[in-house]
Amino acid sequence: MKEPTKKHPIQRLMDNPWLLLVLGVVIPTLSYTVWGWIELLLITPATLP
Amino acid sequence: MTPQSTNSIGLTGSPEPAVVLPQPGSSGIRRRICDTTGLPICLDAQLFIRINAVLAIVCLLIGGIGAILLALTRWQTIHLLRVDWFYRILTLHGLNMLIFWILFIEVAILYFVSTSLLKVQLFSRKVAWVSVIMMFVGAVMVNVTILVGKADVTMTSYLPLLAHPAFYLGIILVAVGTLIAVYNYFATIYVAKRDKTYEGSVPLVVFGATAAAIIAVVTLLHGAVVMVPTFLHSLGWIAQPDPMWYRLIWWGLGHQSQQVNVCAMVSVWYFLGTMTTGARPINEAVCRSAFVLYILFINLASAHHLLVDPGVGSTWKIWNTSYAMYLAVLASMIHGFTVPASVEVSMRAKGYTKGLFAWLTNAPWKNPGFSGFFLSLLIFGFIGGITGVTLGTQQINIIAHNTMRIPGHFHATVVGGTTLAFMGLIYYVVPLIFRRDYIFKPLARIQPYLFATGIMMLSLGMSFAGSMGVSRRSWDIDGAGSIYGPAAHLMLGVAGIGGILAFLGLLTFVLLTVGTVLFGRSNVGRKMDDWGTPKPLVAKVAAASEHQSTRGTMVLAIIFLISFAVYYFANWKALADVWPVR
Repeated sequence: MKEPTKKHPIQRLMDNPWLLLVLGVVIPTLSYTVWGWIELLLITPATLP
Repeated sequence: MTPQSTNSIGLTGSPEPAVVLPQPGSSGIRRRICDTTGLPICLDAQLFIRINAVLAIVCLLIGGIGAILLALTRWQTIHLLRVDWFYRILTLHGLNMLIFWILFIEVAILYFVSTSLLKVQLFSRKVAWVSVIMMFVGAVMVNVTILVGKADVTMTSYLPLLAHPAFYLGIILVAVGTLIAVYNYFATIYVAKRDKTYEGSVPLVVFGATAAAIIAVVTLLHGAVVMVPTFLHSLGWIAQPDPMWYRLIWWGLGHQSQQVNVCAMVSVWYFLGTMTTGARPINEAVCRSAFVLYILFINLASAHHLLVDPGVGSTWKIWNTSYAMYLAVLASMIHGFTVPASVEVSMRAKGYTKGLFAWLTNAPWKNPGFSGFFLSLLIFGFIGGITGVTLGTQQINIIAHNTMRIPGHFHATVVGGTTLAFMGLIYYVVPLIFRRDYIFKPLARIQPYLFATGIMMLSLGMSFAGSMGVSRRSWDIDGAGSIYGPAAHLMLGVAGIGGILAFLGLLTFVLLTVGTVLFGRSNVGRKMDDWGTPKPLVAKVAAASEHQSTRGTMVLAIIFLISFAVYYFANWKALADVWPVR
């Protein structure tokens, strides 16, 4: 009888494409898009002389 | 963990793969067994691989014709095109080469790896039809709109430049069509997992393709977010979106689509390493970890394009282009080591053990699949990688932004890297999927060298011209008088000659491939003609578990790191010279 071997957490992550998909969407969206968007929204409009 | 005796496409045993039998209870599945690899080929997937591959080659040819026209215009001595046609062809070239050719061939790759390597039926023919029709119609709309002169906005189409609505709608159709293909891919691997058509982890090539598909999702979502309001604005229905916002989101499409290429290209390296030398990944966990780093961090590289934009701050720029992005650079360096190392291990196991580089000099260099992938690896790493990381440094970017150094960099990554690797792949796709052997094989054997030589000259010529201040996307650098000097013109001439050679290489490839599909000898019922694989020098090839040295690859890696350091510090020196302190 083959005993089930316990997978390393990193291996479990690599075997779970759905979790990778979520992380792969969330991390760049937060780090690049949302953060960059917030920076643009916070620009104070220039006043004309 | 996937056992080490499994190669990158999930086959066990010798480089000559065993025949894989159809799975039990699979009588309803329409598929055949490949006569060469023993892999099951889903007939539905085969149809769509063929359609996408044909459309990819058509787009490659259109983009290639645009390339030679541009090369002969930027070569100031020739200055071929009129100003309006220069920007028209620049738009055509960029979209066909960077988006359409790449996306069509990547969809073909996704369909192949998910069905053949996981031994499962393509999830849906209908979905695949919807996808390919949308992509085709979109690509036609974009190309026609450009050629009739209604979209002279270059690939980036920065607002407030405005094209005809059909241009934006075409891009939206291509993006959504590709997203639908990616959905079909994920649904197929879901079915494979549910039906347990494979054991343990998916093969490394499938893992890499999954990473590419994940990156594609982020990319295409950005495309939808930026293109839909721009399309509505072009119709006059809404006000113009903010140009800085447009640039931020557009580069989430424009640069991230090139990260899909990187991921797919690395997967192709592993695939061709296996097909041409019988190589197996030297460490599955390390290779997969590198792909995970791509998934998590490579998309942040889009920020490189905004390094001189005033709207976003230095913290955002440096975090995204340096600290976090370097984790993806680490991933590329891991692959840059493990891919040649796996070839070295395989070759040494066959008995090519003499000295540091007997494994490399005896590699199957006459096999266009091998030369395509290995030259792609060298050009991508030594030229594209080193220049990319250097140009992506915020401080150095200020002396390089919007100069010819930027296209010099990405012609090494996307063309010398991705396109060349995909050409190598197609030398196997056509015999295995179209089931015809290549015509004029001697010409096919030299084609990767011709193309690689041209691209290297083009890339280096552009890079050096850019170092002298020559700007990118400029029709006439002498319009304000001769300000660049003979050295810059010499480098533009080098780039022009490189462009001619690369175009000849591309044309050779297209003619050979189309000629083979139409007139090649059928290989139905037998193995494809062998492009040439290294014959073992020893009676018994060493087992995968036996240790083999990788010291040749280690030397290559050290040369790479020294080159990297020299180029990096030379650029800091060039930056320091801008503000001399006396």
